[in-house]
Amino acid sequence: MTLTLLLDNLLSAPVIAFVVAVIATLARFDLRLPDALPSILSAYLLFAIGLKGGRSLSESTFTDLIFPIIIAVAIGIVTPLAAWAMMRTFVKLSNVDAAGIAAHYGSVSAVTFVVVLATLDAQNMFYEGFVAGLLAILEVVGIVVGLSLARNRGSNLKKVLLEVTRGPSIALLLGGIVIGAAVGDARLAATDPLFVGLFTGALTLFLLEMGRLAGERLRDVVSAGWRLIAAAILLSIINGTIGAALSALSGLSTGGIAIMATLAASASYIAAPAAVRIALPEANPALSITTALGVTFPFNITLGIPLYIALAGWFS
Amino acid sequence: MRIANRQLLTIVAEAALEQRLIDDLKRLGASGYTASKVRGEGRTGRHLQYLTGPSVELETIVNDDVAEAILTHVAENYFTHYAIVAWLTPVSVLRPERF
Repeated sequence: MTLTLLLDNLLSAPVIAFVVAVIATLARFDLRLPDALPSILSAYLLFAIGLKGGRSLSESTFTDLIFPIIIAVAIGIVTPLAAWAMMRTFVKLSNVDAAGIAAHYGSVSAVTFVVVLATLDAQNMFYEGFVAGLLAILEVVGIVVGLSLARNRGSNLKKVLLEVTRGPSIALLLGGIVIGAAVGDARLAATDPLFVGLFTGALTLFLLEMGRLAGERLRDVVSAGWRLIAAAILLSIINGTIGAALSALSGLSTGGIAIMATLAASASYIAAPAAVRIALPEANPALSITTALGVTFPFNITLGIPLYIALAGWFS
Repeated sequence: MRIANRQLLTIVAEAALEQRLIDDLKRLGASGYTASKVRGEGRTGRHLQYLTGPSVELETIVNDDVAEAILTHVAENYFTHYAIVAWLTPVSVLRPERF
């Protein structure tokens, strides 16, 4: 079962595009997409998953949502703490560097989220569409907890929080959710050719770009030291397990648990880096970007997601 | 034609600082600015571009006092931990009351 899952995931178009782009970049092929395209694709993907979430939200009741929301907040608090503890004790980083990495791991990777959705869709596994809203909660809570670990300049934290929430990634996602919920399932059908039909194709193209970025980071990974690499992989597995175990309590379906586990295991490299740069300028940005983008992201996209789906089956 | 001397203040910084720097410029007396996305490599290497996108270049024409106030503020708040450079170029402008 797990092996089939693994193969299904590895052989999907987005994942193969990612792997090919990583290898091509390591071999110094120039796979850069035209300048504005990656930003357009990421805006499209975020808005499309928002729409999808909003659509399912319009058909959910408050009682469907309340436990998953509480669990999302709990995951947002526990995962950065686990990251911080791991970086302090196992890798022996300074407090501020550990807090910077904790904010990245508490926050989530929207691209990893989109890949797990695509994987579940390909396997016809059911999941609750409103999890897109939980992504927004995790993103914000995780960053705040991570930054609080460094305990400096409380007033700054509020400003950073506002910047993260209003920044383009969360804003597009929330905008999509609101629009999707307001328009409703039936009337959204007219937009399906763009936001549903082209989704996997757009994701494949975007993962080409992500593979290129990860490939460039991978060159630095070697110099980061084995402890940091091992910690980044272990942390994904630990946080994924925590995410699966906690969300099994919330009444989510197996697919929903798999998504929450994947979110818990993922690390942000869009919202978190900017927030950490502003709030914790002393933290070394190379450490967190290398672990989040060079280690955790490739691990999750290839091996992690099948593992979290298997874990979800076990916990539910 | 009335030509006067002013300072062209140029700041090149990592993208994460863009909004902060713009707020600083306005607060410290610049009457306007021009921003562009730029690429390059400096002492901190190119790695920051992958974090927050290409660097930002801000240009503003100001008088000597405002130039000094902005440079002092930038040096005190950002020079230690961020990828940032700032410099002044003397320029001649028409309509000096605008700057």
